[in-house]
Amino acid sequence: MEISSYVSIAYLVLFLPAVILLYGISPRRIRPYVLLLSSYAFFWSISGKLLIYLLLSTFSIHHTGAWLALVQTERKGVLLQADKGGKKAIRTAYQKKLRRIVAFSVCLHIGILIVLKYSSFLGGNINALFSALHIPVAFTIPKYAVPIGLSFFTLQAVSYIFDVYREKIPADKHLGRLALFMAFFPQIMEGPICRYQDTALQLFKGAPISYQNLTRGIQRILFGLLKKIVIADRLNVFIQNVFNGYAAYDGGIIALAAVLYTCQLYMEFSGTMDVVIASAEIFGITLPENFRQPFFSRTISEFWQRWHITLGTWFKDYIFYPLSMAKPLKKLTSRARKKLGNHFGPLIAGSAALFAVWLCNGLWHGAGWNYIFFGMYHFAFILTGNIIEPLSRRITGSLHIRRDSFPWMAIQILRTGILVCIGELFFRANGLAAGLAMFKIMITDFSLASIQNGTVFTLGMDKRDFLITLIAVMIVFVNSILKERGILPRQWLVTCRLPLRWAVYYGLILFVIIFGAYGTGYVPVDPIYANF
Amino acid sequence: MEQLIKILEDIQPNADYENCTTLVDDHILDSLSILSLVAELEDEFDILIPTVEIIPNNFNSAKQIHALIVRLREEG
Repeated sequence: MEISSYVSIAYLVLFLPAVILLYGISPRRIRPYVLLLSSYAFFWSISGKLLIYLLLSTFSIHHTGAWLALVQTERKGVLLQADKGGKKAIRTAYQKKLRRIVAFSVCLHIGILIVLKYSSFLGGNINALFSALHIPVAFTIPKYAVPIGLSFFTLQAVSYIFDVYREKIPADKHLGRLALFMAFFPQIMEGPICRYQDTALQLFKGAPISYQNLTRGIQRILFGLLKKIVIADRLNVFIQNVFNGYAAYDGGIIALAAVLYTCQLYMEFSGTMDVVIASAEIFGITLPENFRQPFFSRTISEFWQRWHITLGTWFKDYIFYPLSMAKPLKKLTSRARKKLGNHFGPLIAGSAALFAVWLCNGLWHGAGWNYIFFGMYHFAFILTGNIIEPLSRRITGSLHIRRDSFPWMAIQILRTGILVCIGELFFRANGLAAGLAMFKIMITDFSLASIQNGTVFTLGMDKRDFLITLIAVMIVFVNSILKERGILPRQWLVTCRLPLRWAVYYGLILFVIIFGAYGTGYVPVDPIYANF
Repeated sequence: MEQLIKILEDIQPNADYENCTTLVDDHILDSLSILSLVAELEDEFDILIPTVEIIPNNFNSAKQIHALIVRLREEG
């Protein structure tokens, strides 16, 4: 039995309980090493010898961090002895040295990522370009095996290097602690993308497993399973059928597939995140949340502050601000503000940085033109939103529309939801050409005929499947509404009397067992984000 | 402080800068306003705000922004 995902039986019934047991019976100082060895065993069970990449990355950031710290300490000493006039030159000289170290380390990490993940895409496109220009050169396109979580642990490594360079955190001399920060098994495959200061110390504390953490963890795992097994897996055959044979369907079915895929992606990813965060919670470790009710967003920009939060904040902290705050762009902002005012002034520099963020975001999700299109699609909407914001405020003002009124917010939420579903259509499509073709069918051949004549129930989901999905989605929706209103259902459940609490637990277990989409006729969805 | 409030009002009017402590959390100052603000503060107070300082904790209230300016000026 092999571990294929965080919701596989091998993980939930064998691996996780075994690690909990081993961790629980070990003395406190040994516990972090139990987690570290378990993490390497987890990685090895999926990627085998490719573990070398994770080890290389860990040794590299350990060494780079120590090197940066050495130069920073040396700088302090030199600055203490320098006179006031010479300090600036010393700072500049050391800054250059530190930047060279950071550049070397970041290039190493991003270089490995590019070679392993993107060389096939880049090579293919270069060959296509040469062929189009009738240049008789064709590169042999290499194919590399990619270790699990490469995109995730690379971003963690880069954030560590930058944070040490910025003196936000001290360089960690403890190789074991740094190794566990990089490899911690619940988050290695699909994130959340953690920062050293958020998790490293608590990971290495070896906190005991408490009854409260254990029950709360299991409770959240169950909720994650409901999202994944009852909803995401149930939708899978329908989505596969429509996306693989889209030419046979009308626009109504394509639109429904886009909505259901968006739902599947959310349920699959956020469900997995529930299992991941809950697994860590059992060991007394708080991982950062990756979702905050994204479908209540009023704009695309807000959506991305609530969806895959740790990726968004990574791009903001390590690409958006450093780029937009770079000297030339900062000067541009200053000058533009004087001429164009406070709204449009920072927009030029901001948009340049935003473009880079969304290009990277698209590429991070995959090496394909549809992913680049996906990134540019969101960039275009966020940029448009920024540009027309003053106009939108003027129009709603002159029409006396209260921007915080329920109908206005509902329209905004619905609009954002539609735009997100269209974006996800391109994201899931089998290439950009297929995405464009599906979008065209959706617009030019929109019809509800297939839904009215029952064709929709022959594509892998019958009426019962739709009904069960609807009920499960409503459970998740009610939970989201409560959280949106500041009520935490999990917190409430803990304070409930024992019989009610256990009735809810058993209810959830039975719901997942009875209505889970497994067995004949169902194909579980592969962990979507594990491939990124 | 008065000078800072004037800059803030110039960049994003209609906010209670004296009392608000959630300028970033409540999106009163979005990332574009922060870009404007940083450029203006650097010009006005002759400081250099490094990227690492651009965190909600430094920009959630006028008091916090003021404290950041004072600290960066002291650090030279």
